[in-house]
Amino acid sequence: MEALDKSKLLRHTTREIKERAALTVNPAKTCQPIGAMYAALGIHGCLPHSHGSQGCCAYHRSTLTRHYKEPVMAATSSFTEGASVFGGQANLIQAIDNIFTVYNPDIIAVHTTCLSETIGDDIPQIISKAEEEGKIPKGKKVIHANTPSYVGSHVTGFSNMTKAMVDYFAQSTGNTKDQINIIPGWVEPSDMEEIKRLAGIMGIRTVMFPDTSGILNGPQTGRFHMYPRGGVTIEGLKSTGDSMGTIALGQTASSAAAHALDTRYKVPFDLLDLPIGLLATDRFVDALRRMTGASVPESIEIERGQLLDIITDMHQYFYNKKVGLVGDPDQLISLSEFLVSIDMWPVHIVTGSPGKAFEKKIGEITSGSPYKVNVRAAGDMFMFHQWIKNDPVDLIIGNTYVKYIARDEDIPFVRHGFPILDRIGHSYFPTVGYKGGMRLLEKILNALMDRQDRDADAKNIELIM
Amino acid sequence: MTVSGQGIETVDPVGLKKEILEKYPAKVGRKRTKQIIINKVDDGVVPEIGANVRTIPGIITQRGCCYAGCKGVVLGPTRDIVNITHGPIGCGFYSWLTRRNQTNPESTEDGHNFMTYCFSTDMQEENIVFGGEKKLRQAIQEAYDIFHPKAIAVFSTCPVGLIGDDVHSVTREMKEKLGINIFGFSCEGYKGVSQSAGHHIANNGIFTHVIGTDDTVHDGRYKINLLGEYNIGGDGFEIDRVLEKCGISVQSTFSGNSSIDKFANAHTSDLNLIMCHRSINYVAEMMEKKYGIPWVKVNFIGAESTAKSLRKIAQYYGEKDLIDRIEEVITEEMPEVKKAADEIRPRTQGKTAMLFVGGSRAHHYQELFREIGMIPIAAGYEFGHRDDYEGRRVLPEIKVDADSRNIEELEVTHDLERYRPRKSKEEMEGLAGKGVSFRDYEGMMPDMDEGTLVVDDISEYETEMLIDKYRPDIFCAGIKEKFVIQKKGIPLKQLHSYDSGGPYAGFKGAINFYREIDRMVNSRIWKNLKAPWQKNPELSAKYAYMPNR
Repeated sequence: MEALDKSKLLRHTTREIKERAALTVNPAKTCQPIGAMYAALGIHGCLPHSHGSQGCCAYHRSTLTRHYKEPVMAATSSFTEGASVFGGQANLIQAIDNIFTVYNPDIIAVHTTCLSETIGDDIPQIISKAEEEGKIPKGKKVIHANTPSYVGSHVTGFSNMTKAMVDYFAQSTGNTKDQINIIPGWVEPSDMEEIKRLAGIMGIRTVMFPDTSGILNGPQTGRFHMYPRGGVTIEGLKSTGDSMGTIALGQTASSAAAHALDTRYKVPFDLLDLPIGLLATDRFVDALRRMTGASVPESIEIERGQLLDIITDMHQYFYNKKVGLVGDPDQLISLSEFLVSIDMWPVHIVTGSPGKAFEKKIGEITSGSPYKVNVRAAGDMFMFHQWIKNDPVDLIIGNTYVKYIARDEDIPFVRHGFPILDRIGHSYFPTVGYKGGMRLLEKILNALMDRQDRDADAKNIELIM
Repeated sequence: MTVSGQGIETVDPVGLKKEILEKYPAKVGRKRTKQIIINKVDDGVVPEIGANVRTIPGIITQRGCCYAGCKGVVLGPTRDIVNITHGPIGCGFYSWLTRRNQTNPESTEDGHNFMTYCFSTDMQEENIVFGGEKKLRQAIQEAYDIFHPKAIAVFSTCPVGLIGDDVHSVTREMKEKLGINIFGFSCEGYKGVSQSAGHHIANNGIFTHVIGTDDTVHDGRYKINLLGEYNIGGDGFEIDRVLEKCGISVQSTFSGNSSIDKFANAHTSDLNLIMCHRSINYVAEMMEKKYGIPWVKVNFIGAESTAKSLRKIAQYYGEKDLIDRIEEVITEEMPEVKKAADEIRPRTQGKTAMLFVGGSRAHHYQELFREIGMIPIAAGYEFGHRDDYEGRRVLPEIKVDADSRNIEELEVTHDLERYRPRKSKEEMEGLAGKGVSFRDYEGMMPDMDEGTLVVDDISEYETEMLIDKYRPDIFCAGIKEKFVIQKKGIPLKQLHSYDSGGPYAGFKGAINFYREIDRMVNSRIWKNLKAPWQKNPELSAKYAYMPNR
């Protein structure tokens, strides 16, 4: 047994790795419903509704609130023991009535939980019943997604609710519209804004769904709006079936909705990686160009050139550095590619979300690595930490929970992903696009160079770096 | 925006209540009317309030669930138990380090600290279909093999109860197999009507499986347990400092900065002090019945309340040494506190506060506000019961409904070997005559002014109505409410798990709190919400674009 190092926060994490079949320690994922809640917040005038015990809703709202430092509104069916035995129909119908009466949203987006799924509540049937009973006012809509917590992860929950937007709203009039759909995946409101900005300066009309910009990064005005200005509108969602095409960003979060639009309304799609980093952003901009015939304006080329400029200027700080990455699959794929493109090497890559395709893809991206690469889907941060103990890295990129590993192992740390509970910035400053790439590099360089400054002794400290 | 404090004179609470209720569907209104009370104090007697009743589906609530109360609140801060959440991943994830319970692992010799970890069985679909007991058994084995803990606790989430996993038989079996203390909690989220049910279940579990398992009697002339103190932001550390300075040994705190070892011989103490009545009174009641330890309600939030609570302890022991020492400590600590309050009071005097939080905190923190001249104008609990509002004298009137019936009440009798009344019946009566009332809590409402509003399980909509009508200077609630209120231009202080800062308990904590409230209610930033052109939109000049000049 290894001796306990009492200076450590994670003092029970051993270097010796024992394979585990049943116990998850320090998860690198959370459950589906929170993703559905986040996605639903990206519809204008929508109140997300959690169909289960009220604790789920409280936990999801708390976590999203801590991450965004913004109001996160959602309601719950508040199951009691009785509802758990007899089913949640009465609770949901009452909730629908109360929500429309008191909070007056345009849409209620219901997602299920492990509780209501285990009971087997049939949400479409309950919604029909509410409709029959006149609980849904004219012009208002109740939609739903199934998000049992014992399947997938928060990212697949996001995907399910995004697909529900297509299922419930998309229509085809037969006339193709001069617009494209963008499904941004689970990224920050700032990222969604940046993706729209890039398409906008190319002169492309887009419908983005979901779109949490303007909702979870709203201004302080002295007024509270339960339904802020942002979000995709119902009109927008309806029109997605008439779009020229769909750009879906991130396999895990966005492919389901893109497939649904293609299957149902023959809207062709391009499934791309999240535009994090030079090459993924190149592919995104090029896809916009090809799909619409728009040309890429010089201003975008300048942004690209600026990102390249940082890379060439600072290459000595990146070269052959080893990085540990923990987060969500779509982010990690693009991040890994970005790091490799600047000659940094991801060596330990862990996501909590299940899916063997992730491991294969990371394997391809890191195939030229001079180092041994550990990759795991459905892994956890305990395993990640053990890998780091056995093979230390120069930098870790991950959510706030990485702070404890970074401190214990004294490794520079860049926050990226969900949740970030102890820093601000992610709501306002993107990491997608060329500009986002520049911000990421600034963060990475600050972490690495602050460390170099900290560790340099008086003889060899540098003023100019 | 109204002027500070204006709300209390201009708002008619009766009219406001009517206005609030009008918007609700009739059935909801009938329910809420019992939970929105205009306070009236008549010789310590206050109006009846509806509390600990079901949350109304669709009405946005502050409340969480039974699991949150059991695993998150009561057992979460115990650092040397491996707490395994049995269920899908979310519940364990959300309760991982998200309350600011501080702990000092160096205060137990082995230095175990699992609070930075999250353990879960991460149940998958096949576990739901075929049962999760096998996975749970395996998870306990793996936790034992890797971490070698002294104890393992298992917390059930919603689906566990539905699929019928018997966590108690699995934990019993594994306890026998591994030879360490292993126990389970049936704290499925749907039980009860709020976190409160989880507190009760946690109390029952600690009482059954831990307290009384170690008869070692530690040194200490005056030995107490502190119940219902969770060491948020270091509150417990400050209380420990004050008590130790008085010569009082804290045998065990439930459950801030706690260790299972210290729970185990809590039954050797002389007295139980109760901070958060709601979350922990069950343990105190049961310990009195089983071991003969009396309990008194204390409040270490607020300097005056701290002094009062210390004097209560002094009276209990009735020994001159202790009485003198406590007076010395109070005399020593108070000048700093008074100095801070006097310095800050001119900036806070007459400002108003609303407190909607917890099961005791909405009451306790009113003291701190009053100490700097602020006025609590509305308050309520998220998961309190009637006794927390109206006092324990109403306990016999409280009807057991379907939701509370599901929470087990343990049958407790004298422990034949360990029962030892700390005071005789006559001594207890004598002390009660001198104002040391045992087993008593007067509740929040008798301490509040007439005409103030008391709202149980306040909804988001009601919160907005109160804010808009009264424009208080500060609002106290939790993280979910924080940014709604602040978007309205009013600062919100989180009082469950302080958003930042602390400690706010004891003498030093009082000073911290005064400063924090001064910072918040007098921040310049709230004056800058409007840009100049928003304040004065009229234009006199005419726009002309003259690029060449």
